[in-house]
Formats: sequence, structure tokens, C-alpha cells
Amino acid sequence: MSRLSQVGVSIPKLDAREKVLGEARYIADMAIPGMLHAAMLQSPYPHARIKSYDTTKARALPGVRCVLTGDDVPDSRMGAFIKDENAIAKGKVLYVGEPVAAVAAIDEATARAAAQLIDVEYEELPAVLDPAEALAPGAPILHEDLDKYFKVFAAICGGNLMSETTIAEGDVDSAWDSCDLVVEDEYTTQPQYHLSMEPCGALADIDANGRITLWSANQSVFRVQANVCEALSLPMSRLRCLTPKVGAGFGNKMEPHIQPIVVALAMKARKPVKMVLSREEDFETVRARHPFRIRIKTGAKRDGTFVARAVELLLEGGAFADDSPGVLGYSLLMACGPYRFAHARCHGRVAYTNKMRFGAFRGFGNPQVTLAGETQIDEIASRLRLDRFEIRLKNAMRQGDRWFGGQKVESNGLIECIEAVRKQLAEVRPRAPEPGKRHGRGVALCAHISGLLATGAIVRLLEDGTVVLNTGAVDIGQGSDTVLAQICAESLKLPIEKVAVASPDTDGSPYNWGTTASRVTYTTGRAVVGACAEVERQIKEHAAAILNAGTADIELRDGGMVAVRGANVSLPLSAISARAHWAKGGPIVGAKTLVYEDPTIDPKRAAASGLPFGAIGVFSFCALATEIEVDETTGKIQPLAAWYAVDVGRAVNPRLVEVQMEGGFVQGMGFALSEELVWDGPRLANPSLMDYKAPTALEAPHAISTTIIEALEPDGPFGAKGAGELGIVAVPAAIANAVTDATGLRLHDLPLTPERVLEAKLAAGT
Amino acid sequence: MIIGLTINGESRRLEAAPTDTLLTVLRDGLGLTGAKRGCNQGVCGACTVLVDGQPMRACLSLAVNCTGRSIVTVEGLAEDGEPNRIQQAFIDTGAVQCGFCTPGMVLSAYALLQENPHPSEADIRVGLSGNLCRCTGYRRIVEAVQAAAEGDRR
Repeated sequence: MSRLSQVGVSIPKLDAREKVLGEARYIADMAIPGMLHAAMLQSPYPHARIKSYDTTKARALPGVRCVLTGDDVPDSRMGAFIKDENAIAKGKVLYVGEPVAAVAAIDEATARAAAQLIDVEYEELPAVLDPAEALAPGAPILHEDLDKYFKVFAAICGGNLMSETTIAEGDVDSAWDSCDLVVEDEYTTQPQYHLSMEPCGALADIDANGRITLWSANQSVFRVQANVCEALSLPMSRLRCLTPKVGAGFGNKMEPHIQPIVVALAMKARKPVKMVLSREEDFETVRARHPFRIRIKTGAKRDGTFVARAVELLLEGGAFADDSPGVLGYSLLMACGPYRFAHARCHGRVAYTNKMRFGAFRGFGNPQVTLAGETQIDEIASRLRLDRFEIRLKNAMRQGDRWFGGQKVESNGLIECIEAVRKQLAEVRPRAPEPGKRHGRGVALCAHISGLLATGAIVRLLEDGTVVLNTGAVDIGQGSDTVLAQICAESLKLPIEKVAVASPDTDGSPYNWGTTASRVTYTTGRAVVGACAEVERQIKEHAAAILNAGTADIELRDGGMVAVRGANVSLPLSAISARAHWAKGGPIVGAKTLVYEDPTIDPKRAAASGLPFGAIGVFSFCALATEIEVDETTGKIQPLAAWYAVDVGRAVNPRLVEVQMEGGFVQGMGFALSEELVWDGPRLANPSLMDYKAPTALEAPHAISTTIIEALEPDGPFGAKGAGELGIVAVPAAIANAVTDATGLRLHDLPLTPERVLEAKLAAGT
Repeated sequence: MIIGLTINGESRRLEAAPTDTLLTVLRDGLGLTGAKRGCNQGVCGACTVLVDGQPMRACLSLAVNCTGRSIVTVEGLAEDGEPNRIQQAFIDTGAVQCGFCTPGMVLSAYALLQENPHPSEADIRVGLSGNLCRCTGYRRIVEAVQAAAEGDRR
């Protein structure tokens, strides 16, 4: 590992060329001869019993090939944590916009027209649109059979309570007495839309034996396979899932959207069927970031030493559990931040409500709790008259410290991150504001975990000595194919041009839980290293036989060569592979699968209940500073610059790490400042890019810099950890702290809109 | 009805309903899927094409209104199958992530540099402000356009 030539290099992404040429194919660009087009009918009610369907008029429309309703699908349910969701509404509708029926027809216009001709008779039920009301006695119940649903963990649930989780360490109740200062605050955060530029879609084909092939916009072909098969009671061997290029995910394509509906239509029509959501439908039916209500209490000594923290969360979950229990558990696990607290108790609940599902979104609950924790730390620093960096350095986790709950943290570059950002801020003189504007700087720290669950890699040495790498990991645009190819090329000392990356295929790829949880570089990278080690072992056996040497004396050399250590003569891998293919041993294939196993909770240190995961992953760290401008007249906040220092372990492709931070900042500033899904009663009021304001090139700060700190993870591939979510987590907190620095105002509710800033100014009399 | 227009330098006659948008005709009729349907509402810019040299939203342009006009899509930018200097700059600076906004970005950049070969950073940000990107945070895209402009200067 001393000399790396492929890892640590910012090569261009392998798919960049086809993308700039306009040749990359996404789901909407695919077609199969004879393909039908589908459209759906959506629920007009937030909560209603479906009494009957009349599809006569729809079926009579020329060009219509089949109509699908809840009567056509089995009463079996899918779900990542709680299996509570049918393929399409069955028996009841649970939110406005929920797919109720679907039509396959010869073209999209016919399908859309026919869908509107379906008559559904409903019996309206009282709806609940607020998580606190959902948990109150007498609230209308969404899932009457919740007790009977299958759950993948020991869920604490009942009524509209979807999941309740507690993590506790030390003795929080008696710790407050030993604190010199105790600060308690409430925060709220809003639902954010992922806005992957590509709307969701799917295309299913069926063969004469009834076996189905499904392409879709997704973050995991294996989760698509599992969800569709669960919802339609299909054996998994009957469904093959593939992926075209994916126009970003951020969490919205990890669990199902319309894949089960499209497969059910293809099975009924016995024809290929394609459906692509309009932007409005994508807004209304896929998923969004959970709204949080946060109560947070922190106690400290006069010198700034943190003593205790208590956190209470209430999340709105929407109509289906989806990833909600995971988001709740993870946000509680992260709610103490990367700090030493001897005493902490974090408790939260997530409730069913009659809105679309809330689910995984880059950060997975961490940006919300980090907003609360990091702004409260600034408040404590201000009350104790301590420097914001000093209070963080005093309490930051050091190498060897364990995470809240007791998990060992193997690599920890946090202190270096803090020092790096502090130095950069000191070096850049703040710009003088124009009249009527104020400038401020804010700082926030965070950690994020990369890991979770199962993954694998298969590396095959082809006859000519080139390699095909097959992992089943979907590249959603962030560049994981490139990174994994770099890891493979480095492991086998091959030029990157000799490594091809296979497209994920549930028939041919090893299992991969998904492109989520910042996990592909770390977990799948480990599998690639393991598979390459097996290929190397086999190469060395062949080389030893050919060169008449011991395997221990054989070494791989750059450029796909193999030789006896110290000798001048070397063999090309083509010679090795030819022998394996045609004479001895059989073609060389290396495979490695693994599942992340290190327990999150150490029962000797902490207690947890209702936690939906037992083992989660390794820790990356981040310090972020930002400089903003506040317009005193309008209240508008404009980020001007951002400085990141991030410990991601080995940066396999440093530029791809930097872009994760840059994109994370801008998506995070959208969350902090302008983006909000708004419900008007039960109906989403702004399912349109006209009314949902995401940052453009004009709003994004002109300067975002990233310093990479490489605290190597012992079992990471070449020491790598995750980077995908790290860049968004601290953004709302850093911006909120900068607003306080600029104005003296402390805002507790996202988004920090101009109206809120002005209202806070008025209230403060400034 | 039958309409005649020029697409990527080639004269074409094709069938279009009066309600068909240019985007529908390009994607479904001609198989030119480089222009993306991101919102179908003229906000995201993923469907940007050049109509007589001007960047236009293909999703808001009726095909029949393009009769007699010259359309350039992302597929028409390559020179002998090779990326042009703007496309190459996008590759080299790391401006491509998921790629869904890329064709529209490249065409907006092309139109900007036609009009203003040496734009300032502020000019570039204004020129690209009608194209949403959710992955990159825009920094690398701005750098790509700067690099393409610099390359032109050399």
C-alpha cells in the first residue's frame, strides 16, 4: 500500500463522456418494441375506504390495453422496516395523490385520458395531518392491522405510533444538578423534496414463461426486486431487475415508487409497460425528508465542558413506514454529535399521518438534529463567553473515544478538521458588507456513518488479461463505478482502462443492499479488495507453476504483469488467464461478500429500545464554516462562501469527494433557506418547480473549498470511508449560526426565510 | 400535420400534432433523447435546445412553431463523434455527476459563449441560471465554462 497509482487520483468519471454527448440512457429514454405506456389515477382524499371501482369507460377507450386496481393485486405488503404497503391502494387510500388505479395503453396520452375515466366510489374517513394529533387518543387510525404486519425489528408501535426508539447512556436525570448552565430549546424543520433531476420511472417486460425483466430509476436493483416481489407475492427468481443510468437519488429512489404498479400492469397486459412520472406526480407520490420537532437540552460546566444532553424528537412519517424507523433511530444515534457526553438520553417517536411517505433523504435525520445541537452549542459558548472553536475542541471526540451507544470509532480525524477550518477562517479576511447588509460567519461540526448491511463483488479475469468488475452497486451519478474501478485497478496493479464495470443485474451481480447510507466506497470497496485478493491468489498460483517458483515469491507488477520478485522477466496476465481458461484450473474468478457486523450498542455502556439496526458502520467527520450576507431590508440570506474540512479516510478520487461537499452545501442551503413542501389542508400545495424554490447557479456561493483529512479506516478499502452525505449534514446549522453572528438573532425554525428573519428582527426590536 | 425543419444540420420533414411540443417530437419522434424532460414546465432547463442559435425550452416550444427553423440538440454538438470544447471541458473539470442536467447545461453554455466569448464568472452564473443542477453545487460547471472560454482564447 506504500505506493498508490490508481487510488488517490482525480480521474474523470468513467461515464462523463456519454453524458456530455447526450448518449447516456435513463429510464425515460428506453423503449421496447410493442411497449405500452401507463398512467395512474390518484386519490382525491387523504383518508377513505374504497367501496368499488367502475373501469368500464376506461376500458372502452380505444387504445387501452388494461386497467389495474387494488382488486388486481394480492393483499401482501412491502416495506423496509414495517411491511405496511400494498403495490397500489387496496381497501383504503391514505393520502391525497396516492396511486389508486393505473392504465396501460398504446400511448401516454391515451393512458392518461383513460385513467381519468375510472370511477372510484369512496367512503370518506376522518384524516389526521399532524403527528401530535395522530398520537392523541381518538385519532383516526391509518393502519388497523399494524399489529399483524411483519416487522424486521422489535418495533415499539401501535395505533398511529409507527416506531418509538430510545438510546441512553449514563444518568441524565441526576446530571443536570452538576451543570453550571443548562440550555433548553425547541426546533422545527420542514419537509424537503429530493428534486433528483430525473423523475422516477419504470419499464417492465414479461416473457412467455411469465418471467419479468424490470428497469427502473433506482438506488438498488436488489431492493427493487425485494419490494416488488413482496408486494406482488412473486418468487424472487421470477423477477430480474436491471438499471439504466440514474439521474440522481439522494434517497428518493432507494425504496419503491411505481415499480410494483408497472410490473403488475405488465403481468396483466402480458406486454412490456413503461411509466414515467410527471414532475408533479413525482412530487406528490414518491417521498420527502421528514419534518422534525426537536426538543433539546444541554448542560455544561462553567469552563464549557459538556455534561449531559437530552433530546426528544417527534417525526411525521406519512402514510407508510418506508425508512422512517431507520431515520428516527439514526437521528437519535447522531443527536449528541461528535462530542463527549457522559450522560445522554435521546428518545423519539414517528407517527403515521395522511400524507405521502417521508423517507430516506441524504443525511437521514442527521441535518435536523445537527441544526439543533450545533446552534445550541453556539448559544452555550455565547452565554459562557467562550470561543466557538474552543468549546468544540474542548468537547470533541478524540481518537479512541467511543460513539454514543458504545460503538468503537476506529479512525477519527475530527480535531484536524476543526483546526483546518479554523486556520482557513483566520486567513480569509471577512468582506466588508455593502450598506444595508450584514455579514456573519458560522461554524458547525458533524459526523456521519457509512456502512450497513450486505454487499459483494465478483472480479473476473478475461482471457486477454483485462477485468470485469461486477458489484451490483448502482452508480446514481456520484461516481461509484469510477471509484470501485480505481480500487480494483489499484488492487491488481492494472491501468484503469483494463477494468470494465458491469451494470447491476439481479441475475448476475452479487447482492448489494444499495447506494445509500454513504456506503458504496466503504462497504463495496471492501468487497472489491477482497475479490481482487482472491484473483491475485489464483494468478500467483498459475505464475508460480509457469515460472517454477513459490507463490510467496510472485508479485504483481504495474500494467497487468506478474513476475518472480526481483527477476527481470515478467509475464502478462493474458498468459496466466489463457492457461486458466484452456489448460489448468479454470477461468479466474474472485468473489467476496460481507455484511457489516460491528454492533452499534455496547450493552455495558448504553441501553437502547426500539432501535431498528444492530450494526451500522464507520465514522466520517466534518467541520464546516460559512460566511453569509443578510439583507437588513428584505431579510434575505445569501451564503457567500463555505470552507469544509472532512475526514473521509482515504479519498479514492479526491475531486469526487470535493464535489460531494459542493453539491451537499447547495442542497443543504436549499433546505436551510428556501425549500419547503407546503400542505394546504390535506393537499400538497406546491408540487411544481415554479413554487418549490431550489438554488440555482445565482444563489449558490461562488466559493466552496474542501480540505481532505485522511484518517485511514483500518478495514476500509485503502483506508477509505464514506463521503456522500457528510457534506449536507452541518449546512443548516452553520448557516443558522452565521445568521446569529450577523444579526444577533437566533432562529429555531427552518427554512430561514426572509419573512422569518424580519419577524425575528421585529420581535427583538432591532 | 407535416412540418419541415433542420435538426443538427439535416433537413427533416416529420409528422407532428398541433399540440406536440418540440421536446416530444425530438424524443419520441426522432429518438433524440439527449434533451431531458425534467419538469415539462419550463423551469428546470434540462430540455434546453438551440432554436436558430437561441437557447429555448423544448418543453414549452410547440413543434409546429419551429417550422423552417434550425434546431441544435446536444447530439449535434459533437465534432466527428468527439466532444466539442465545451463538452470536453465538462469532462475535464468534473462538471458531470448524474448527467441529467448536462445536455441542457452544455447547450446553455454554448449559447452563452456564442454571444459572449469571454464571460466573467457572474456572466456565466447568469447564463446558466435557467438550468437546475442538484448534484454539483454548480462550481465545477462554472469552471467548465470558464475553461472552455479560456481554451478558445488560446
